[in-house]
Amino acid sequence: MREQQTKLVCRNVWKIFGENAERKLAELGNEPSLEQISEAGLVGAVRAVNLEVHEGEIFVIMGLSGCGKSTLVRCLSRLVEPTAGEILFNGENLLTASDTQMIELRRHKMGMVFQHFALLPHLSVLDNVAFPLAIQGTSKPEREERARQMISLVGLSGREESMPRQLSGGQQQRVGIARSLAVEPELWFLDEPFSALDPLIRREMQDEFIRLQSVLKKTIVFITHDFDEAIRLADRIAIMKDGEIVQCGTPEEIVLNPATDYVREFTRAVTKAKVVRVTSLAITEKQHDAGAKQGETVDISENATVAEAAPLFLDGIDQIRIIDENGEARGYIRREDVVALMLQG
Amino acid sequence: MKLAATSTLPQNGLRPSGWVVWLLALLAFLALWKLAEPLLPWAFEYPKALKIPAAKWISDFTKWLLNDASFGLFTFAELTRFISAVIDAPYRIVLSLLSTGFMSGRGSAAIQYLPPISWIGVIAIFALLGLYAGGRKLAAIVSACMVFILIFGQWNSALITLSSILVAVPLGVVGGLLLGIAAYRYRWFEHMLRPILDLMQTMPVFAYLVPILIMFGFGPTAAVVATLIYAMPPMTRITVLALKRIPSELRDLGNIVGCTRSQLTWKVLVPSARDSLMVGVNQVIMLSLNMVIIAAMIGAGGLGFDVLAALRRLDFGAGLEAGFAIVALAIALDRLSQAFALRNTETVHHGPWLKRHPYTLSALAIVVFSGLAGLVVPAFQTYPEALQISTGDFWSNVVKWININYFDTLEAIKNALLLNVLIPFKRFLLSLPWIGVVGILVVAGWRLGGIRLAALVGVLATLIAAVGLWEKAMITVYLCGISTVIALLIGVPIGIFAAERKTLWMWVQAIIDTLQTLPSFVYLMPAVMLFRVGDFTAMIAVVAYAIAPAIRYTALGIRNVDPALVEAGRSMGCTPAQLLTRIKLRLAFPEIMLGVNQTVMFAISMLVITALVGTRDLGQEVYIALTKADPGRGLVAGFAVAFIAIIVDRLISAAAQNSREKLGIAGGPT
Repeated sequence: MREQQTKLVCRNVWKIFGENAERKLAELGNEPSLEQISEAGLVGAVRAVNLEVHEGEIFVIMGLSGCGKSTLVRCLSRLVEPTAGEILFNGENLLTASDTQMIELRRHKMGMVFQHFALLPHLSVLDNVAFPLAIQGTSKPEREERARQMISLVGLSGREESMPRQLSGGQQQRVGIARSLAVEPELWFLDEPFSALDPLIRREMQDEFIRLQSVLKKTIVFITHDFDEAIRLADRIAIMKDGEIVQCGTPEEIVLNPATDYVREFTRAVTKAKVVRVTSLAITEKQHDAGAKQGETVDISENATVAEAAPLFLDGIDQIRIIDENGEARGYIRREDVVALMLQG
Repeated sequence: MKLAATSTLPQNGLRPSGWVVWLLALLAFLALWKLAEPLLPWAFEYPKALKIPAAKWISDFTKWLLNDASFGLFTFAELTRFISAVIDAPYRIVLSLLSTGFMSGRGSAAIQYLPPISWIGVIAIFALLGLYAGGRKLAAIVSACMVFILIFGQWNSALITLSSILVAVPLGVVGGLLLGIAAYRYRWFEHMLRPILDLMQTMPVFAYLVPILIMFGFGPTAAVVATLIYAMPPMTRITVLALKRIPSELRDLGNIVGCTRSQLTWKVLVPSARDSLMVGVNQVIMLSLNMVIIAAMIGAGGLGFDVLAALRRLDFGAGLEAGFAIVALAIALDRLSQAFALRNTETVHHGPWLKRHPYTLSALAIVVFSGLAGLVVPAFQTYPEALQISTGDFWSNVVKWININYFDTLEAIKNALLLNVLIPFKRFLLSLPWIGVVGILVVAGWRLGGIRLAALVGVLATLIAAVGLWEKAMITVYLCGISTVIALLIGVPIGIFAAERKTLWMWVQAIIDTLQTLPSFVYLMPAVMLFRVGDFTAMIAVVAYAIAPAIRYTALGIRNVDPALVEAGRSMGCTPAQLLTRIKLRLAFPEIMLGVNQTVMFAISMLVITALVGTRDLGQEVYIALTKADPGRGLVAGFAVAFIAIIVDRLISAAAQNSREKLGIAGGPT
């Protein structure tokens, strides 16, 4: 793992809906259970959330509808005021920032993509993308130039003058993405950006998103209810249930070691070989079993998944060498381990 | 399926104990009515000693306001004078542009140094607006309307009316928008505003004409003020609703890009709500038109004045012509504003100003050229009288002919209904003890909506009795009740019949849409022509006005029934009649109740206007107060009408809500 800086930290963040929520939360001793909260006539949308988002990673918050993930992401940008806790962005507590500081922060450091696109119906594609810059008071030529760059980045060149309603869902979300990137945010929030799209388009947009991130290297908080999407995109995943984070880890960790039955339910349908990387099965020393056929000439990158490695064993090879980007050997992966993993589904 | 199953369960509206309550209440009422008159005279006639002299209070208060009230820096009278000045200045300019031309000097010594826009210019502007907003077809409709007004010699009056509207509408829209935004932002403001809006919309317009008359004097300014008060509440309501309906994501977007509060309001929320807000603008235009006509009574002039004068002279032909002109103007304005609401802002123009504004440019060109031509040939400036057509005589003759040939038939119908239905019902209502009626209303309120509704209904009804208007209120209830029943008897079957037939429904919808754009005044004309003055005429006019919501809500209710349920019914082998009675009507019931509610509201608002044809109800009370400029009397009677409307509205809404919950269509329109 390379050295990473922490961009955003959440410490014991709570969001309770209801009248006098703050006072009641304190009365309940600051650590109430779900039952205690609902007995008090409140709704606990986010409870005792702790998380850290590292610079340049895609941090996915995954959960089913009503689990509080949308509320949580809005707490992170203070679109929703958390009831208790701390949110540190670059080490500063957002919850003590003044309104003007918050406006400045949002104008320059944050971008957000919405599930239903949230395009302004009265503005053209160009004006929509330039909107955040217009709010900041950037001059017209400057913001339009920037907007054009963003539009071409998401592959919509030529549609600048179209109105949102003339675009398909996928195109609309591209506009949403371009707009959120126009201010070059340090922190990029995506709230179920692909959920409202058809499956085929969704796949295409995910690929596009991966391509964009490989260029941009943003710090991303990505919300989804789709576990497959989560493991496809995430560097790390936090799984939420009833306002709490039940497990947080890399896709591999979650698939290999689900923390609760709830998480196991999600991982069951996942083809493990497509998630688990070869390094997870690696043995450090080359084994010299008698009769084992050695594939001396076959190497595989340490970033490859087991599923990608599997075809290499077709020749009857028993072991494959794993190498890092410099070509150094990182270990070996054995046929029987691959087979065992793949048999688990 | 679940819905269908529950709807076929026994429809016991009330719990068993509910029936007992109702039975007891009715028995007590009957006993009171039949036996108690000698014993408890105060139950029948509200005791004079306890009467609340509200009318006197209000009159005294108004006097104090005008003569003594001061806000420190300025007096109330100065405030009204300031408001008049603010309204008067733009009105003068618009009127000069459209009708009188710009003058220097006063009275007969006045010299016109710039003529008004010629008729060619005005029609061209309308046509170009139509072309811009909706294409050639709209341009044709709109200019046809204006040509119609021109040919029938209503041009001047129509443009005076138009001037008032052109001043009132922007003020009403901006005012309503600002109030709506404030209500959206501050919850306490919304809580404060809502009852006021309710009252303003149920209060008969005549009632606030009186105080306005006293504060602003007789004339177009007072008329514009009245129009504003009348047309602003719907805009406010629509604004609040439209802002609340904006998806929360758009608000989040505004915040995440770092909008300040005013940026959020004006750059995100208001533009996003544009479509709904344009509906509000259309409403303001139509209501303003309606009100400007009524405001003829306090000096608005124009078409309204023509109709009013004709009504007073019983000159049907002249009245009808002015009425048609109102209709033409209403249609033109309605279609134009609707087209603007639907217009997509899709085309982005580039290039120099001249190229981007072809419409403005051609309008200006036509105005200037026709004005110049008018200097040479006056016919270009003012449409020559010789080319005008008057159908006034024709209509008078038609009426004469109808009256000669069908007088007996019409009279027979009228008398039969009067003698057998109207008068007995009126007598019945007047014989009821007021306290018994209040009691029954309280029971109904309690059963339908709980203790709060009961209290509200009881207090309002008692207040009507306490200000000494019980008898007039009962006459109002009688006329309104009968008209509503007849409107429903005609409207609901039409609604049911039309709902299932697509082309027919299109036609019906077009007709009731047009009917609803007509100012309420217009409905009086044909009724008076055929039946002269009196309760029966009033009833006919009210029925004609109130039938539209009865049809609309019934049809919408049936059309909105979940098709899956109808399919389920069909698959179970329901006959069409069974489908209608067992599934569609049951599920449409809450919607039909809303239609009933609207029909009553329409009937009440029309009833006040029928005071012009000599009814004896609260409307007449308001009208008399208006002619005597007695603000106390007018407002008290106005409040009484509003109270009746509120009682009916709350009771029916509660009933509709109950049945909606029973059908599991919770919460109503979301």
